[in-house]
Amino acid sequence: MLTEGIALSARGVRMEYRDQTTRDRLVAIEKIDLEIAEGEFVSIVGPSGCGKSTFLKVVNGLLPATDGEIEVRPGAKGIPHATVFQDSSLFPWYTVIGNVSYGLVCKGVSRREAYERAKPLIKLVGLDGFESKYPYQLSGGMQQRANLARALTVDPELLLMDEPFAALDAQTREIMQVELLRIWSKAQKTVLFITHQIDEAIFLSDRVVVMSARPGRILADIRIELPRPRALELKRTPEFTAYEDEVWKLISSQLASMGVGGEGASVTDAA
Amino acid sequence: MTAGTDALRPIRNPNARRRRTPIGRWFHYNERLALGLVGLVGFILFWEIGSRVGFVDAFFFSKPSSILAAGINEVQLPRFWTDVEASAFEFVTGYALAVALGVPLGIAFGWYRRLSYMADPWLNLFNSLPRIALLPLLVLWLGLGVESKIAVVFLGAFFSLVIPTVQGVRTVDRRLLDVARSFGASQRRLFTSVVAPSTVPFIATGLRLGLGRALIGVVVGELYAQTQGLGVMIFKASNNIQPDRMFFAIILLTATGIVGVEALRRVERYFDRWRPSLEEAT
Repeated sequence: MLTEGIALSARGVRMEYRDQTTRDRLVAIEKIDLEIAEGEFVSIVGPSGCGKSTFLKVVNGLLPATDGEIEVRPGAKGIPHATVFQDSSLFPWYTVIGNVSYGLVCKGVSRREAYERAKPLIKLVGLDGFESKYPYQLSGGMQQRANLARALTVDPELLLMDEPFAALDAQTREIMQVELLRIWSKAQKTVLFITHQIDEAIFLSDRVVVMSARPGRILADIRIELPRPRALELKRTPEFTAYEDEVWKLISSQLASMGVGGEGASVTDAA
Repeated sequence: MTAGTDALRPIRNPNARRRRTPIGRWFHYNERLALGLVGLVGFILFWEIGSRVGFVDAFFFSKPSSILAAGINEVQLPRFWTDVEASAFEFVTGYALAVALGVPLGIAFGWYRRLSYMADPWLNLFNSLPRIALLPLLVLWLGLGVESKIAVVFLGAFFSLVIPTVQGVRTVDRRLLDVARSFGASQRRLFTSVVAPSTVPFIATGLRLGLGRALIGVVVGELYAQTQGLGVMIFKASNNIQPDRMFFAIILLTATGIVGVEALRRVERYFDRWRPSLEEAT
């Protein structure tokens, strides 16, 4: 059972693959213990290929863990988690409102009611007036706003975010970071956010969890003591850069052990 | 039928622009249509005049006006309508059977990996096989009547439908399947919300390819096992050296193909309205 006030608890999560051609065992995640309190914003950063996306897939149930236990508190509506995926994960054949209400329709809510319940979230993410547009008619940033609304509509306890801004250009990404904080403070969700951008993790989070190179372990769990609400100017302060240095040192030690630019760097973490 | 490269045209400085007559302006904006008509009408005129003047041999090649006359004459004969009816019946039945079986089977082969392992050898074999070569065998089994022709139409269209459909299901974006699963989509919803919409363009391609194959099946079937139908009409007209009647039947078959393909294109466009058209993509 989950302790009071804990939204997610992972104990000893281990993930192994078997390479179908070479028959080799591949350890993606060595052992992960992680607890996230209700309402907390936690980011996982790590070198590419460290298994952070794999961990997220284990949490949302798309992959069965080889070993270990994961518990997520079912939210007020009984829905433990919903995921904001990487770019272009909207259904191209549904309009914005069709996409945003998708989760509810899957839960058996009638289409009309699902549309009604999707509308306030479309407004919250700032897509008012775009309800009947198809994804190809939206910019990358707007697509990710819709993606966020789609996950929020089912009213989950835990919001899982898998590098949602990775494909955006630098300026749009910063705008979306600020937007995400605004929406997060309104929606009051627990967030587990995966990214490879150090500044993004620090700017958004209460805690930044740094993962090692494969096989993935937790190297450090850093509490970010920066005041909220946060604005982009925060990224220029010495306190912020001190956190950046701290995380960067941990990650660069990992890159060195992998041999940067070598084999390790080309391994995708989607595996 | 969009012209991707013609979609964008630079706007010249209006002061430097030449003045155009109304016809000139119409031509400017409908260049594609206008030149297409010139090509078509030009060739027909060349044929007609050539045949009257004598540099086209009217005995073998006939001429457009005679074909038209033969057509007017044909449509008044009850025999012609039985031929049309026979061909249409073979075509519609064979094609409909191919669609009704080919699309669901293609989806099943694409979705269930193990099923497709079993079906693959047969699909590859039949795809490489010139199915028309089976016609004598089909006649042996099913006789000279409509059954053998329906079978050859079916075989022609079926594999053209199954193969792209399988391909379409196999290339469904895995990420979107993950999204649907993460929202707890049922197997049925997974199919209706992800697999079906992303397979539509492939099925549409199959339907178009299959339509052509089905028409070939009708004609060859009738040429081989002559009972009635447009194929028989072509054969008999050939024996009697009546190129005008042959051309009339050929034009009818061609028109069927054009109308069918265009109708399918419209249906496809309806189902594909979420996809950017060529102009919007540029």
